[in-house]
Amino acid sequence: MISVNLLAVFYLISGVLFILALRGLSSPETSRQGNLYGIVGMALAICVTILSVGNFSSAFIYLLIFLAIGGSIGAYIAFKIPMTAMPELVAGFHSLVGLAAVFVAISAFLNPEIFNLGLPGSIKIASLIEMSLGAAIGAITFTGSIIAFLKLRGIMSGSPIVFAGQHYLNLILGILLVSLIFYLCKTQVDIWFWAIIIISLVVGVLLIIPIGGADMPVVISMLNSYSGWAAAGIGFTLENTALIITGALVGSSGAILSYIMCKGMNRSFFNVILGGWGANDQSSNSSSSKEQKPVKNGNADDAAFLMKNASSVIIVPGYGMAVAQAQHALREMVDALKKNGVKVSYAIHPVAGRMPGHMNVLLAEANVPYDEVFELEEINNDFANCDVAYVIGANDVTNPVAKSDPQSPIYGMPVLDVEKSKSVLFVKRSLSPGYAGIDNDLFYRDNTLMLFADAKKMTEEIVKSL
Amino acid sequence: MEIDPFIFRLSIFILSIFIGYYVVWSVTPSLHTPLMSVTNAISSVIIVGAIIAALAGDNVNVFDTANIFGFLAIVLAAINIFGGFLVTQRMLAMYKKKQKNK
Repeated sequence: MISVNLLAVFYLISGVLFILALRGLSSPETSRQGNLYGIVGMALAICVTILSVGNFSSAFIYLLIFLAIGGSIGAYIAFKIPMTAMPELVAGFHSLVGLAAVFVAISAFLNPEIFNLGLPGSIKIASLIEMSLGAAIGAITFTGSIIAFLKLRGIMSGSPIVFAGQHYLNLILGILLVSLIFYLCKTQVDIWFWAIIIISLVVGVLLIIPIGGADMPVVISMLNSYSGWAAAGIGFTLENTALIITGALVGSSGAILSYIMCKGMNRSFFNVILGGWGANDQSSNSSSSKEQKPVKNGNADDAAFLMKNASSVIIVPGYGMAVAQAQHALREMVDALKKNGVKVSYAIHPVAGRMPGHMNVLLAEANVPYDEVFELEEINNDFANCDVAYVIGANDVTNPVAKSDPQSPIYGMPVLDVEKSKSVLFVKRSLSPGYAGIDNDLFYRDNTLMLFADAKKMTEEIVKSL
Repeated sequence: MEIDPFIFRLSIFILSIFIGYYVVWSVTPSLHTPLMSVTNAISSVIIVGAIIAALAGDNVNVFDTANIFGFLAIVLAAINIFGGFLVTQRMLAMYKKKQKNK
């Protein structure tokens, strides 16, 4: 129906459209257009593939049915999901890409003729390597993302699970995987293929369980990257340009996001991957010492008074804001402040929340204009000239200890200089340490007023007293 | 001797990594969440492999073992494609600029 060359050109076009889709995200104005390019690219790839196979028998009808089933599930989820649950959703979606890659690899292995890869039992060596890699990475992405999903959803504890010999076990399994791929190429026996998939599924679990809840932004980005490499591996097997281009784009995108997240925490990628960080050996010894230290305790009226009389306020949101769903109340508070002539801006730390850009989406949902929201480097110098910093649900990213104490586990991490503002309002449920398990020096400073309450309730009360 | 087509695909792959590198660095940090959901959607272009596998059967044998995996992969990829693009659209629609005349 379509010549092979024409088909390849169409795949190239959808690859280019996908590049444009990512390019569009360089600014919010062009992003919607970019998403459209992505949709067109996807529709094109699907249509030409169906035309090229040219099978419009009953299998085609089933294809449409299955497409419709998946499509409606996807659309339903997309419209229903609350914005606070985006990290889980993305983790869940990654697991589906991973599993789809495994399934495609399996069908290519069982039925190689249709992909021009040779006959069962005598598949081309290069194709075998490509499909085993695709299947292995896909399987790791699948189980890894499920663990990430469970941790983000709170079904599984966010604390790292570590046991003796963990790294050696991973190493042995890694070596085993390589040798299995080697045996598969040598013998073409299908048992090795199944073994590769099963071991990869186990590796996916083992890779993610030692990583703590606070490191989830890195994990999600990393799994994003893996899903791309899995797609690229399958793309090589199927000799499909669209898949190869997309796989490379997604793979590098996820890798860059992981890098940005690691830098935001001043930790090396390997340090995060090897895991075990955020285990609570730190918090136990700090809890004994902190009880004696005095804390200034305030209420909503004090906070409202301080902010009303300020000329500029900087808001520092964190994961706690997402948990309490406080973004809408926050917006109301800011509106009330603006009526009083207060200049308000938002400061977002790169690792605030549980995934890259999480806070920005939540603020956008609450109708906060994106040009009032600033990144760490853009706004950090403004704290010195600001009257009130309103910290809502953030903790470790404001801890000045990262600048002063080389002993601290977060030493060297870039932090927001909230302590430089004239007064700090810290909305928090208790004095408990954040995910890093370390005490925040900021609580005990003279210019800090602690507001012990749920982030949403406190913000609503402040709105009332304004 | 002719160049192995694999080398061509490898070249496309490597060059795409570089394109991805530069394009993604220019993505504004405030759009990192939509970036993840859209990359998720486009990586589901793996559906083309699933379609080829699913349509391989004839009228007699619509569901062969190999085809079943194709059909399953179609469902999974379709969830991702529709879910990924639509949720991205929903998020991007929320990003608004400051209204000056208010």
